[in-house]
Amino acid sequence: MGMTFAEKLLAKYAGLKSVVPGQIVTVHPDHLLAHDNASAIIEKIKPELNQYGIYSKSLPVIVLDHVIPASSEKIAANHKAVREFVKNFKIENFFDIGFGVCHQIVVEKGLALPGKLILGSDSHTTSYGAIGAFASGIDRTEAAALLLTGETWLKVPNSIKIVLKGKLKPGVYAKDVILHIIGDISSSGADYCSVEFHGDVDQFSVDDRFTIANMGVEMGAKNAVFFVDDVTKKYLKSIGVSKSAYDSIYPDENASYSKELEYDLSKIVPVVSCPHTVDNVKPVTEVAGLEIQQCLLGTCTNGRLSDLKVAADILKGKKISANVRLLVLPASKDVLEKALEAGIIETLVKAGGIILPPGCGPCLGAHQGILAPGERCLSTSNRNFKGRMGCKDAELYLASPATVAASALYGKITDPRDVMK
Amino acid sequence: MKIWKYGDNVDTDMLFPGKYVYTCSKPEEIKPHLLEDLDLSFSKNVKEGDIIIAGKNFGCGSSREQPVVGLKTVGIKAVVAVSFARIFYRSAVNQGLLLIECPEAVKAYSEEDEVELDASAGKITVGGKIFSFPKLPKEIIAIVDAGGLLEYTRSKLKNKSKK
Repeated sequence: MGMTFAEKLLAKYAGLKSVVPGQIVTVHPDHLLAHDNASAIIEKIKPELNQYGIYSKSLPVIVLDHVIPASSEKIAANHKAVREFVKNFKIENFFDIGFGVCHQIVVEKGLALPGKLILGSDSHTTSYGAIGAFASGIDRTEAAALLLTGETWLKVPNSIKIVLKGKLKPGVYAKDVILHIIGDISSSGADYCSVEFHGDVDQFSVDDRFTIANMGVEMGAKNAVFFVDDVTKKYLKSIGVSKSAYDSIYPDENASYSKELEYDLSKIVPVVSCPHTVDNVKPVTEVAGLEIQQCLLGTCTNGRLSDLKVAADILKGKKISANVRLLVLPASKDVLEKALEAGIIETLVKAGGIILPPGCGPCLGAHQGILAPGERCLSTSNRNFKGRMGCKDAELYLASPATVAASALYGKITDPRDVMK
Repeated sequence: MKIWKYGDNVDTDMLFPGKYVYTCSKPEEIKPHLLEDLDLSFSKNVKEGDIIIAGKNFGCGSSREQPVVGLKTVGIKAVVAVSFARIFYRSAVNQGLLLIECPEAVKAYSEEDEVELDASAGKITVGGKIFSFPKLPKEIIAIVDAGGLLEYTRSKLKNKSKK
């Protein structure tokens, strides 16, 4: 019997010829991601760190991104503790505030590569499937144990094959595709599973694949992966990664899947995920006209150059509605620099956008851009849970950068195809 | 013993709001905000030995561990649900919180029903009807029996340094 991507990769990391779904294997991941929560992680194991040290100084990747710059004395002290840990244990991969959202950094800096196994103490670690890595989220306790031992257990997941066929229509983007899929199979539709994307995927850039893999966890997936192709190779070359640095893993043709789904991309329309679950997905035409008070453009889901450009193309030479606050959150310093050079930031600021420092910003409701009771926000981020942006009596809608930009113009949810004509 | 009944997709923001994630990490800091946006009465009235019964996809969302640490701290004996989200499930193993995936038991439950749990026998009784649930794999039982992943790791390190 042939093997899926997840089976091949986990067999490789377990040192076995083959594995089957349900089997538990012991693995040593290539990297362990932590962010602001690194302070809580190291706090758990202070005596052990002093006694045994860390497993490897190249294992952890630490990015300060969640509450940056520090919003309180307590957060500042946490950041300080992380910096001291990094210095004391000579951690090789540390990115202080301002570099960007951890997931963007891990990919941009070539730390996640095809065929690698990455675990991260953040649910959106699934993002690295965009370039063919197996990447999955874990909690702080497991991150602490990994720091000490470098190993953990993983259950070999069942795999779901999603075949994307046809071509997207103008005004429809990768974000619409993944929201459409989640709306179809539900927030738990891929629970515990490895999701593989097949079919006409060469139309999706690495930025697009990032958006889709990032939201894999919103349907419960353990990992969500696109296989290495010319698009991946070109991207990796552009960030200075040589072919010898990675291992392209492909599933066998006769691999066995627990579910196979096919979507006709030409039939997908711009959609909006409505409160308070990500799978509450409706065509934008059904919610068009709903007034909004805040728009968020960016985050680890949609904060890359191509995302900001789509929005800037819609907003160029125009002003957003006076009733709306448009917060712009580039995914990284690198993205911000490129957007500055391309005039995208100028366009967004002149249209009324407010630029936030690259990081997680308002997405998780810990600081910046918190909503008031009764307010509505349309965001390119990945979650619309009740209370997600700091207020349980606010409403969050999720959409593509094009839909967010078009909606910012009118202060109400707007079909991007109406302004792109 | 009280049963706390909730629906589908109880997410990590309902269990522990994101605004506290980077300022509250210790059990005593977590408790007052536990389930704050879902059920304000929970943290005030929950007692050791209580059980949560919920629908599908319990614990979906973030990898934050405050929900699990919090439920363990207040003495929740088990969460019985139709299904659990993956990271939450793993986190429960790491803290030694018992999760029971048993759709039949959830379906059978109605208010005021007596619930009895015999974890070692893998049996749960709801309103007189007995349901069984599968045992955890041995690799995972070893972590739970050690008192959670950190204790398990500590003893592993100790044995290693002895050798």
